[in-house]
Amino acid sequence: MLHTNLTHVLTEQEHKQLLQENENVMICCGRMGPMCIPVYEVMEEIENEYKNVKFADMEFDSPDAKVIRNLPECRSFQGLPFVVYYKNGQVVKATSSIQNKEQVTTILDANFVKQN
Amino acid sequence: MNNHYNVIVIGGGAAGLTAGIYLSRAKLSTLILNEGTVGGQMVLTHEIANYPGIESISGYQLARNMKAQAQKFGSVIKSNLKITAMDLRNELKQITVNGNETYTSNAVIIATGGKSRTIGVPGEEELKGKGISYCATCDGDFFQDKEIIVVGGGNSALEEAVSLTKYAAKVTIVHQFDHFQAFEHYVEEAKNNSKIDFVMESKIVEFIGNEKLTSVKVQDIKTGIVEERMIDGVFIFIGYVPNTEKLEGVIELNQWKEIVVDKNMAANVTGVYAAGDSIAKRYRQVTTAVADGTIAALSAADYINEPTLKNHDPY
Repeated sequence: MLHTNLTHVLTEQEHKQLLQENENVMICCGRMGPMCIPVYEVMEEIENEYKNVKFADMEFDSPDAKVIRNLPECRSFQGLPFVVYYKNGQVVKATSSIQNKEQVTTILDANFVKQN
Repeated sequence: MNNHYNVIVIGGGAAGLTAGIYLSRAKLSTLILNEGTVGGQMVLTHEIANYPGIESISGYQLARNMKAQAQKFGSVIKSNLKITAMDLRNELKQITVNGNETYTSNAVIIATGGKSRTIGVPGEEELKGKGISYCATCDGDFFQDKEIIVVGGGNSALEEAVSLTKYAAKVTIVHQFDHFQAFEHYVEEAKNNSKIDFVMESKIVEFIGNEKLTSVKVQDIKTGIVEERMIDGVFIFIGYVPNTEKLEGVIELNQWKEIVVDKNMAANVTGVYAAGDSIAKRYRQVTTAVADGTIAALSAADYINEPTLKNHDPY
């Protein structure tokens, strides 16, 4: 399990359930590595601000993370973490490698309507 | 809400957190404003094995420990924000974040650190994470049995090139000079590795690929001839640049945009100090950042307790 304060997705089933129960989902699939940690921190930081989005992480090396590793949207990715944004269960955006707060919030604002 | 502090520290890396520890332990109210992730460059280090007293620790864990220590003594830490304005000229320093939150203080310590230097050629930004990487320990295993390039000639480039041979079939080091800046033992290790070859006095001028990197254009600096090379990945280790863009015209910077400080870490504006990788100095290590942060904090505390000393050194 990743050492973050985010919701942890551990299995393929949990991943499916998360997408069924939440309209807007952001999952960061990575390790506790230098490029991934800053992204988890950004997610923890903005979690309260974006109540319309469910933030979660998933361990890249777990076998069940194939649900993210094998996504067509991630097929060209060669840098951790793989970050995937879902709306109604469908991938609307995916990024590879480190992202800062501005890059993350730009994607969230573009794809998910923020609640006041 | 009280937005006034004795000291505002800008930056939450090793230098900034150390300053926070010293200041808050001295009972000075301290706010650490950090634009990125707490820990700075330290977090990007997989293993730190030369921090005295600690045999081996990840940069992430050391950063977490420093952060917890600073908070335990009373430092307030705000991270992932944007500094949008700063006025350091007057006795009361004023810093605005995110365009609408203004904080004041009697002294400021700038510890904004540095960031990895990018090559800055076409295709680099678009193909980051899609064949271009700045972290061998993070992304090395994506290049199992592939051919890759490492750009750079310093310690990081040579050390990481050797470590990447665990995965890659072939590693080519592309360097702009005819010699390396790395320590001799790193150079020897690379030269003795049969998977590594060298393209000297050359530079990458373009990254090419649609969904992922497929080739690069490499220019021979002496002849100007550009050659396209098919490649699976490129790892870039060409040093750091100081995060001082917002300080131009605010305090004195040298020609490399590093902050000029005296031996007390005082900048050329009264009540403003600087520490860590953003200052002009030769050695950039976690230990030197910690030392800088300590000195800056003690100097700032002296200044607050005895402002008539200003930045004059009584010793």
